[in-house]
Amino acid sequence: MNYHWNWSIFFQTVPSGDETYLAWIIHGLGWTVAISLSAWVIALVLGSLIGTLRTAPNRKLALLGHAWVEFFRNVPILLQLFLWFFVVPELLPRDLSLWVKQEMPAKEFITAVIALGLFTSARVAEQVRAGIQSLPRGQMNAGLAIGFTVPQTYRYVLLPMAFRIIIPPLTSEFMNAFKNSGVAYAVGVWELIFVSRQMTEETGGQVIESLIVPTVLYILCAYGANRLMHVIEKRAHVPGFIVAK
Amino acid sequence: MLSTLDFSIIPLSLPFILKGLLYSIELTLISMTGGIVIGTLLALARLSGGPVLAGAAKIYVDLMRSIPLLLMILWFFFLIPLLTGFRMGQENSAIITFTIFQAAFYSEIMRAGIQSIPKGQVFAGYAIGMTYWQTMANVVLPQAFRNMLPVLLTQTFILFQDTSLVYAIGATDLLKAAENAGKNYNRPVEMYLFSALIYFSICFSLSMLVRHVQKRVAIQR
Repeated sequence: MNYHWNWSIFFQTVPSGDETYLAWIIHGLGWTVAISLSAWVIALVLGSLIGTLRTAPNRKLALLGHAWVEFFRNVPILLQLFLWFFVVPELLPRDLSLWVKQEMPAKEFITAVIALGLFTSARVAEQVRAGIQSLPRGQMNAGLAIGFTVPQTYRYVLLPMAFRIIIPPLTSEFMNAFKNSGVAYAVGVWELIFVSRQMTEETGGQVIESLIVPTVLYILCAYGANRLMHVIEKRAHVPGFIVAK
Repeated sequence: MLSTLDFSIIPLSLPFILKGLLYSIELTLISMTGGIVIGTLLALARLSGGPVLAGAAKIYVDLMRSIPLLLMILWFFFLIPLLTGFRMGQENSAIITFTIFQAAFYSEIMRAGIQSIPKGQVFAGYAIGMTYWQTMANVVLPQAFRNMLPVLLTQTFILFQDTSLVYAIGATDLLKAAENAGKNYNRPVEMYLFSALIYFSICFSLSMLVRHVQKRVAIQR
């Protein structure tokens, strides 16, 4: 293998300014974390709502939930991002469309968060639905029997248990949110993969160094997400039910 | 605005798009086949290999599962020529990456499938004089495949969507073909929508198929 290692590139200044590549990587990490966490919040809120709707006694609401999940699950995330970035602004009314295209602040970041958030929300919704459906039917009836309305039964009886049950699969979805956030580079967000590719080009092909650092950072992010969920899982544990060690 | 959309370019760009779609499907099928074969071997290594082999397989699977696919595509694209001195096109590089990457995911599915077979069946195989490989090939794996068919299909459906990430190294798959066509005819909006429709139809049919298979293969006890 004919490769010249050069780890000092991280302390080189970038051609376009006086920052070092190391500073770029740190910024990149910041954007990666910001995209993933914001998208995760959207996914969790919308996913819980849609997943609950899918189990609702009301058929129209259940159908709406179903359509949502099918749409966001069946188109690749990268293409969804392009749809939000290139297509949606064209379909807006003229003034709004111009504003989005020319003046909207942090346009790349916001579109990436929306795309990743909605994409992940469909997956979260499926987990929430599975969690609710895994509960014995008697729980719903018990809630109604003691005088709760349907929303109250969901709020106080079904959801608290369902969420605890689905923490393990939600953990993998949370980690996936970090792993999928890389697509944001394609619309020009300066996250880790963008920085890595920029470094490879500008340093004349120090590929391995510019890939290794983002790779390790991605693994650490996903691991951090995993540990965080693990702590939540233990905290939320209901005595008498199985929990991971 | 919707009124300014012009879908007349779709028939013009169709041959181009079909070529991209064909590559996406080819990439999916090849890496599915390779991934399932390697994945099954990895699963067997983890379940019945010695501690060294099982450990190595575990590290491999965990590593692949913790790195974003997008990064793996870039890694292989740059590393293979460096290591072998041999330049292959983006298309071939992607096929190798996807096979190796997907093997880790298929191996987890196969491992669950193999573990779902009662141990007594393995002993029964040994008792009638079969070797380890004979027992696996004739008794355990056929049932494991059957039990796991819906999950294997779901993974393939994820794989098909993930093929769009070869965009990063410029391989011409369905998404890239649509983008190029959109640029050539200066109609990117229509082409993105059209490719989304194709992805949606294929994935939606696949998920219907999974649901159907799930009902068919559920073991009647």
